[in-house]
Amino acid sequence: MSHRIHRLLIANRGEIAARVIRTCARLGIESVLAASDADLDALPARLADRVVRLGPAPAAQSYLDPAAVVRAALAVGADAVHPGYGFLSENPALAQGCAEAGLVFVGPSVESLHAVGDKLTARRHALAAGLPVVPGGEAADLAAAQAVAAEVGYPLLVKAVGGGGGRGMKRVRSAGELAHTLDLASSEAAAAFGDPRVYLERYVESGRHVEVQVLGDGSSAVALGDRDCSVQRRYQKLFEEAPAPLIPDRVRADMASAALALAVHLGYRGLGTVELLYDRQRESFYFLEMNARIQVEHPVTEAVTGLDLVAEQLAVAEGLPLRLRQEDVVLTGHAVECRINAEDAAHDFRPSPGQIERVVLPVGDGIRVDTHVQGGSVVPPFYDSLLAKLIVHGTDRADALARARAALDLLRIDGVTTTVPVHQALLADAEFAAGGVDTAFFERFLSRDLAVAS
Amino acid sequence: MQLSPDDVRDVLRVLDSSGLAELHLETAELTLTLRREGAAAGWTAEQQVLRTPVVESQLSAVGEEDEPAPVQAEVGEGLVAVRPPLLGTFYRAPQPGAPPFVDVGDPVEDDTVVGIVETMKMMTPVHAGVRGTVVEFRTGNGEFAEKDAVLCVVEPA
Repeated sequence: MSHRIHRLLIANRGEIAARVIRTCARLGIESVLAASDADLDALPARLADRVVRLGPAPAAQSYLDPAAVVRAALAVGADAVHPGYGFLSENPALAQGCAEAGLVFVGPSVESLHAVGDKLTARRHALAAGLPVVPGGEAADLAAAQAVAAEVGYPLLVKAVGGGGGRGMKRVRSAGELAHTLDLASSEAAAAFGDPRVYLERYVESGRHVEVQVLGDGSSAVALGDRDCSVQRRYQKLFEEAPAPLIPDRVRADMASAALALAVHLGYRGLGTVELLYDRQRESFYFLEMNARIQVEHPVTEAVTGLDLVAEQLAVAEGLPLRLRQEDVVLTGHAVECRINAEDAAHDFRPSPGQIERVVLPVGDGIRVDTHVQGGSVVPPFYDSLLAKLIVHGTDRADALARARAALDLLRIDGVTTTVPVHQALLADAEFAAGGVDTAFFERFLSRDLAVAS
Repeated sequence: MQLSPDDVRDVLRVLDSSGLAELHLETAELTLTLRREGAAAGWTAEQQVLRTPVVESQLSAVGEEDEPAPVQAEVGEGLVAVRPPLLGTFYRAPQPGAPPFVDVGDPVEDDTVVGIVETMKMMTPVHAGVRGTVVEFRTGNGEFAEKDAVLCVVEPA
């Protein structure tokens, strides 16, 4: 049964709110932004058709409160809720609350959210769907952890079961560190996710973070190509590209099949991303986790597929069958994305909130900037530091990188310190330009190239 | 009036064939300036959405917070104020329910952590910066602190 969406409540902020509003405007859907006190005058509030106050500035009292979001949606007569990414995007309580209030939740079913929201459950589903997983297992206590460690060997990773964003994730180099690190990871996990459970995984020395974008309608699914997100600092992505460079065709096809197998196994409806660890030496891959939401880096997939992923996401949320078959997915050229954050790289990436004086953006063929800031915008200290995403599409990787270099030289965000210089240095790096760097690359690059650049 | 990237691209296409170096567009809701940068570097846009958002519903979703009391920026003679390295939410303990890093009456060294400040989801430790004894906390756990706020006061040894 399909429910046409007429009025959409966007329960998020920042560039993703502005991004969803743009698609609403194109589709003739009325957009209502649910904003905290800190965001009532921000650009997304100016772009939305309507604005509703969600709560005070701290996220726990606004963007992270499922009941407040449902109340806001009902108060404005919305028929659907888009959660964006982060905040409540993968929270089953919001999906459940929407269902009970008769609202369409623009995301997967409550069952799917439960299935992939917990890393151990997700791992079990991946195994059931026939995906390879990184050797590892549960670590309910020290004895269990020692038993798993004996099997997978050192170094290994301790990961939060309910985790994400690198919190609760720690590396253990030897048996002597296990007990202490287990405790530390467990308290961090409890603080960040309210769930102290952790598990162990083999640490792959030279791995690349490659992910496959999928879209499902609950009965069938399509794979929309892959992305490489290996350029990370403390498990936070800084630069993404599509397709992932230097992957053998056979492996790329296997990764897409694996992602589809998991989506079909779950009866997945919505946009989702299957995150994989690509082992450079072995030319093989492992399942890491599945993200049941639209992601920050979705524009690189949009650039190479020519699709509006938000529009596709809304269509399947309305209950419509997929509008494209796998053979309709044609990838063109190469796209890259630079995340511009309000951070000071010269001071260990210290946050830089404040007032933005002036914003000048590059425009032209193949250049897209997703942002929620303009001259006069205030960057509040309560939320994450993403200011803008520069997305550049070229005929091939070298062309995309060259265009990105030129575009970065034109981009100005004055008033706060940004990571633009980091991207300029990154795009000038020979190892990075060659392609296929692993997740350990960026820390090496920071101590090498950035030190020289500054 | 909202401009999509496609709209801007269309405008640029017209500009590219016109030889103009700059275009300024102003409507009731939006101003847009497009400028050709340098020799052949490319185009830039400076855009301002002028419409002021009208907040239609004031949902009292949760208990409204009282305005925090203004922080006293001055400390007594001979005392040292510990201020945050950057503005953010001040936490006195490493996690909810845990004992505070330090309390009134505790001795501190230069590098003693008296709390952490959360700014844009990043945690920055706050060091005492002086050897002495904590005599007062001016900012409570979970309270927002401006950059010049006094978090606590230390009597130097």
